[in-house]
Amino acid sequence: MAELTYLQAISDGLRTEMRRDKRVFLIGEDVGVYGGAFKVSAGFQEEFGPWRVIDAPLAETAIVGGATGAAMMGLRPVAEMQFADFISCAWDHLVTIAAKQRWRAGTPVPIVVRLPSGGGFSGGPFHSQNPESSFAHIPGLKCVCPATPEDAKGLLISAIEDPNPVLYFEHKHLYRRIKAEVPEERYTTPLGKARTHREGSDISVITWGAMVYTAEEAAQQLDADGVSVEVIDLRTVMPWDKPAVLESARKTSKVLVLHEDTRTGGFGAEIAATIAEEAFEDLDAPVKRIAAPDTPVPFSPALEKAFIPQVEDVVAGLRELAEY
Amino acid sequence: MATDTAVDVVMPQMGVSVSEGTVTRWLKQEGEQIEADEPLLEISTDKVDTEVPSPASGTVTQILVQEGETVAVGTKLGQIGGAAAEAPAQEAEPEAPAEPEAAAEEAPAAEAPAAPAEPAPAPAAAPSSDNGKAFVSPVVARIASEHGVDPSQIAGTGKGGRVTKKDILAFVESGGQAAAAPATAPAPEAPAAPKPAAAPVAAGTPLPGETIEPVTAMRRGVAEHMRRSLDTSAHVTSAIEVDFSKVVAAREALKKEFQANYGVNPTYLVFAARATVLTLADYPYVNGELRGDSIITRNFVNLGIAVETQEGKGLIVPVIRNAETLNMLGIAKAIADLADRARNKKLVPDDVQGGTFTITNPGGYGTFHGTPVINQPQSAILGTYALVKRPWVVSDEQGNDAIAIRPMMNITLTYDHRLVDGAYAGRFLRDLRERLESWEGDGD
Repeated sequence: MAELTYLQAISDGLRTEMRRDKRVFLIGEDVGVYGGAFKVSAGFQEEFGPWRVIDAPLAETAIVGGATGAAMMGLRPVAEMQFADFISCAWDHLVTIAAKQRWRAGTPVPIVVRLPSGGGFSGGPFHSQNPESSFAHIPGLKCVCPATPEDAKGLLISAIEDPNPVLYFEHKHLYRRIKAEVPEERYTTPLGKARTHREGSDISVITWGAMVYTAEEAAQQLDADGVSVEVIDLRTVMPWDKPAVLESARKTSKVLVLHEDTRTGGFGAEIAATIAEEAFEDLDAPVKRIAAPDTPVPFSPALEKAFIPQVEDVVAGLRELAEY
Repeated sequence: MATDTAVDVVMPQMGVSVSEGTVTRWLKQEGEQIEADEPLLEISTDKVDTEVPSPASGTVTQILVQEGETVAVGTKLGQIGGAAAEAPAQEAEPEAPAEPEAAAEEAPAAEAPAAPAEPAPAPAAAPSSDNGKAFVSPVVARIASEHGVDPSQIAGTGKGGRVTKKDILAFVESGGQAAAAPATAPAPEAPAAPKPAAAPVAAGTPLPGETIEPVTAMRRGVAEHMRRSLDTSAHVTSAIEVDFSKVVAAREALKKEFQANYGVNPTYLVFAARATVLTLADYPYVNGELRGDSIITRNFVNLGIAVETQEGKGLIVPVIRNAETLNMLGIAKAIADLADRARNKKLVPDDVQGGTFTITNPGGYGTFHGTPVINQPQSAILGTYALVKRPWVVSDEQGNDAIAIRPMMNITLTYDHRLVDGAYAGRFLRDLRERLESWEGDGD
């Protein structure tokens, strides 16, 4: 096992699959000669050549459209959006074609779209969003949101293997901040299986991505209050691990759903509604949501801090639930 | 500022284990003006009697619970402001009381005319306990129905006294006894106290020469507690005779100082209490409790002192918390304070909860022996009796016996033989006597 950053684990997973399967190729803006805006594919073009590590023009429509076509012809494209925010340009291809092709024509579209997402470094409104809920809402698309280096590799390999279009949300703020042991060999992390990041008995936090760490820090503070907080890392938002979430909710009877995306229509709403529907008789408090306010992501560091849920916000929410 | 919006007046929670209260007197009537925090009515629970201040300024628009009625905590008693209501009056009226039955019972008085007993101002049927009670969450409702438990009987630790999942699980696990009350206050309330509504059965017309008075909440509490204690513990009483010569001498010396400097009287009870607290440290079971399948012992003594209330209308046992931390002066002051507040109805509910051992002192009237009833869930109670001069056989250094006149006091320990054995109790009394007979100064 080697200790890898979250970013290195993504590279490792991608490299592993490209070495193993010649159908796998990477396409995106500056992914080749430059090695990617965040250097995920640094050295890839040297190893795999310009036909498998393709520098695309600044046209997300072309990237996703091209990847979709290649997938229909039997390849396994991995498309990189330089920032997740730019995927709106490719909406039509992704949502109208890729997501529906299998239902419409029986043709699988095994593409992976890598989406560097999330804020926390003053990237402003165009470079900080977490648009997973928009796509989780589209039948036919899968949405993956790894939080740890080990999952970043295992989930990327599963995403590439999967016969459906998979959106792979890699959190930029975790790229170099999070480092952990990652198995060197090839392995897969199943889509739709949550991970108990931290066991607890009094309150469940359901979250994913960078918020897993925010939740963990808050949970540690609650230890001092004698409140035991469980943190469930969803790992994939679509499909999401309903049984694991319901089991945790039934155990603790108090649930906090936490995400970095904005509140209204965020994926937390789906989770909260499901818990209310299916675990109503196990609840001892209203299901609580903590999420960003319904505004674009601000540039100003002070405002961005007010926008993205912070540890103290989560601590306050947990205390409220504990006292309920 | 008078309120236009209706503000409810509800039966307050007078302590963690108190579930109901009786309206004893309305100080304002419907239509009268009242200021916020001005006393609105008097209530009585089995623990304390108190005034309820008005929650708002305005007109008393409704009185829903009449004097003498006993209702659950949280029940709406009346309303300040808003429109005077018409409908609720009907609800407050009890459904036809058990009039015919009562009449039949009394029938043997053959010459009694047909007119059956007027069912006196019958206490209203206690309203359903969820009326105004804290919210019951879905999971608590489910657990309650699975175990056949009434959540309103459980002390809640959640927001606004809400019963949480943890509270009800603890209640169920403890066999429905300990509730979630703080460990130091193991709610001595009966799980199923007889409902006051049952009272009218015995009422009816008094026979010639008899008078009838209603049972007060305190009397009902005492009655229930005494009966339950005898049904619970295996009562045994041991007595010992204690030569108080040294205590009498010490008291003479201390009296002036205590009264001049602190305004308290070092009574014999104070000496007995101090000696008892010291002795209890060596006899944890006497200060312990049999709780379910467990034996509880403590490193503290919450000492209850039985006090007669005003007009002899009942007995109350205020508690000196952490009596082991108090010296003679501290105990003297604590006893004086509690006795004073008990007689003047100024005790608050927490003053009478959480006791671990009790002393009762009926000696003031000259009684020389008694068998007090244990204050549940404690395991023993100490009785102190009249201090009298008696001829007593004493031995001098040479071993010669002589008869001397000594101030003697009998002291009893009534203990729960389920937990405390006779020999153990005997050793406790021996050590207590030893302490009192060798008393010096302020005992510290």
